[in-house]
Amino acid sequence: MKNFAQLIKTLDSTNKTTTKVQALANYFSVATDKDKVWTIAILSHRRPPRPVNTTLLRKWASELANIPLWLFEESYHIVGDLAETIALVVPATKSSTEKTLTQFLEEMIALKKKTDEQKKAYLFENWKILDYYERFVFTKLITGGFRIGVSQKLMTRALAKSTAIDQDILAYKLMGNWNPDKITFQQLILEENESDYLSKPYPFYLAYPIENEIANLGDINLWSAEHKWDGIRSQTIIRNNELFIWSRGEELVTDKYPEFQALVDTIPNGTVIDAEILPFPNGQIGTFNDLQSRIGRKTISKNLLQKVPVILKAYDLLEWKGEDIRNRPFSYRRDLLEKVVKSAALNVLQLSKTMYCNSWEEVAKEREQSREVHSEGLMLKRKDSPYLVGRKKGDWWKWKVDPLTIDGVLTYAMRGHGRRSNLFTDYTFALWKENEKGEKELVTFAKAYSGLTDAEFRKIDNWIKKNTLERFGPVRSVTPHHVFEIAFEGIALSSRHKSGVATRFPRILRWRKDKSIHEANSISDLKQMII
Amino acid sequence: MKTPLLEFTSKGIYCSIAKVYLDPWKPVDKAIISHGHADHSRWGHKAYITHHRNVPIILHRLGEINVSGKEWGETFFINNVKFSLHPAGHIIGSSQIRVEHKGEVWVFTGDYKVQDDGISTPYEPIKCNTFITECTFGLPAFKWVAQKEVFENINRWWSENKSEGKTSILFGYSLGKAQRLLKYLETDIGKIYTHGAIENMTQVLRPLIDFPKTTLITRDTKKEELLGNIVLAPPSAHGSTWIRKMVPYVTASASGWMTFRGARRRRAIDKGFVLSDHCDWQGLLNSIEATGAEKIICTHGYTEIFSRYLQEQGYDARTEETQYEGELNELNPTSKEEVEA
Ligand SMILES: [Zn+2]
Ligand SMILES: [Zn+2]
Repeated sequence: MKNFAQLIKTLDSTNKTTTKVQALANYFSVATDKDKVWTIAILSHRRPPRPVNTTLLRKWASELANIPLWLFEESYHIVGDLAETIALVVPATKSSTEKTLTQFLEEMIALKKKTDEQKKAYLFENWKILDYYERFVFTKLITGGFRIGVSQKLMTRALAKSTAIDQDILAYKLMGNWNPDKITFQQLILEENESDYLSKPYPFYLAYPIENEIANLGDINLWSAEHKWDGIRSQTIIRNNELFIWSRGEELVTDKYPEFQALVDTIPNGTVIDAEILPFPNGQIGTFNDLQSRIGRKTISKNLLQKVPVILKAYDLLEWKGEDIRNRPFSYRRDLLEKVVKSAALNVLQLSKTMYCNSWEEVAKEREQSREVHSEGLMLKRKDSPYLVGRKKGDWWKWKVDPLTIDGVLTYAMRGHGRRSNLFTDYTFALWKENEKGEKELVTFAKAYSGLTDAEFRKIDNWIKKNTLERFGPVRSVTPHHVFEIAFEGIALSSRHKSGVATRFPRILRWRKDKSIHEANSISDLKQMII
Repeated sequence: MKTPLLEFTSKGIYCSIAKVYLDPWKPVDKAIISHGHADHSRWGHKAYITHHRNVPIILHRLGEINVSGKEWGETFFINNVKFSLHPAGHIIGSSQIRVEHKGEVWVFTGDYKVQDDGISTPYEPIKCNTFITECTFGLPAFKWVAQKEVFENINRWWSENKSEGKTSILFGYSLGKAQRLLKYLETDIGKIYTHGAIENMTQVLRPLIDFPKTTLITRDTKKEELLGNIVLAPPSAHGSTWIRKMVPYVTASASGWMTFRGARRRRAIDKGFVLSDHCDWQGLLNSIEATGAEKIICTHGYTEIFSRYLQEQGYDARTEETQYEGELNELNPTSKEEVEA
């Protein structure tokens, strides 16, 4: 456990990828094979089921800390992380255990079936023999979800470093369902397997937002424009009669989209397509909201398949007849792609159409239509561009639509987390709505906590403390007085929201000191933005 | 109902019988000042009374002011109200202010800590009826370890950076924290360089305390000569071009807020040391108990949470809004002093 806690501490205390990779590689070269398998499992979100629910954890932690439960909850709210809060409030101790990570995890698996009394005794016993950081890691193993900036990608890089096995092959080995309790390091990582090489994707080519005037890109005839679809960027690989779908996070997601299996029968082996996975409910491109219900699921039910089917919108062709064609010009690759899509004749494989524009003004007009077709804006690609590696400037640009904006009234405030925990920085905003009696009232429509400067936050915090109407635990209602311009990316009708509308990525654009609350917008203004 | 001995007004904590304010935030005629931090000792009062160890500090910060210095425990009367200053242990020259009238005793802590840091006169609990306390770190999540352990970690960190050929940059508030850090840096490891704000304040305090040698960084300082050495800088210098010129370097912050894992990351600092000049949770509870006070007033920090807990423990506790900022400056260093430095 000491090793593992030290690893997590190092990973958590640096933002540098190289340091993280080095720390992991060092760990992988000294840890036992069993601990390695568990570490890989935990960092790829395959931890054992939670043995104790969080209600009990909170109750018992406050008991051991000898503080009332409400005080524990307030502390939790300010700290922002349950395991960290527990590790901080229970009495400080020195480390006095040599138990390994594997031992702890085996105990936790066994713990699930035990009585509450036994669980409590187990937690108390271990909270008392671990030092602060080990206690945090131990509790994190119970609550789950290490958010320490270790992607699957980073982990495979480190594993590659310590095993000398190719990263993409490691990624393939780690996909799917395997049980860390049963599998050995030899079986999981070291054993050679011919099929490992089949799934290997190409690195994605990513674009930067356009910086200058669009006309500065030069002759329109050298450029191709198409929509930037709002789904999951992916690579579809068909080799040796097998299908592999990689997401941009370089995760294999083949199992999540069974509808794409049809591609294997119709598209020749040795084909790799760059495409966007899009939701397609009722035979139309849906919103990212729709897709969300598919992303989180491990198993996809029939019902969900029917409700939110998906399609691929194809952008580019990277491999054809087993040959890497990324260095050929974009226009060449597109021509081939069109033929492939056409001859496949599948509903699930559609072409992302390029636009025929004679001037940049026409392109700009097309961009204005983006929201109506549920795209994020446009992609501009030079017709002679190769398919590059990673984020590069010059040949490809993204030109997103401007965010939607609306003026809302600040109605509730809550303390921020961590460094902002002394300030009220999490705000709720409302818009006007007429009730049955014909009176105007403010109705909540969005929450936002970013977009102001520290100085502005401090000013508003000060004002909030003096203008609080009511307190509900950590939340305060305040006198409606301040108007803020709120920006958001998308909008959809929603029955789950009081306003009847869900906004995507709301954030504060600016403080409208020039406006009184009566000049703020209404819910019907907001609804008019829905297409 | 009779007027309380101390009232919370729009200008500050006020004793109407003596017509004197404690740490006022608006200009007044007569002010008793707990300590030299900007939120407690403001500019513009006609007369200042403070501990004599704080006198050079506020003269340095506020320029030509009318100030008189007192000894620890020295009593002075203003309109029959008896005043005295007692060590608060927060920074050099920081006092609690004791106010007594007709047998009733109030104590205002200003900022304080119970741990003896070796440079501020150690905190002494004072018996009183009403205790006005800060509670910057009034949450059970805050627990300080002995400063010896923290300084061992800081010096080890410095040595490690030195062995990698990097400059160590350590952030601390220019008054108080910087001198506390300076006092315990291991001069065997290397040289100690300072930012102008810290150098100036340290020069002011050298007659009172024995500090290791420091070297001011000037325009002529070569970044090569800094390698392996340590630089003490105010938090406001973080991210400035002044710092960026020192590559390769490693940064660290010493603050109570470094308790939170996220605090260090959000500030993009490489390392955090938990070291505060305020009380931790248990420190607050112990000192409150030691005063024997039945009434507790919480000024700055997690006031609502802390006073609710005290109420449950049977105290007559309440919160009063003030304009003191706690240790917030260490994270949002935009106080006038830091910006001008
Ligand atoms: Zn202070
Ligand atoms: Zn203060």
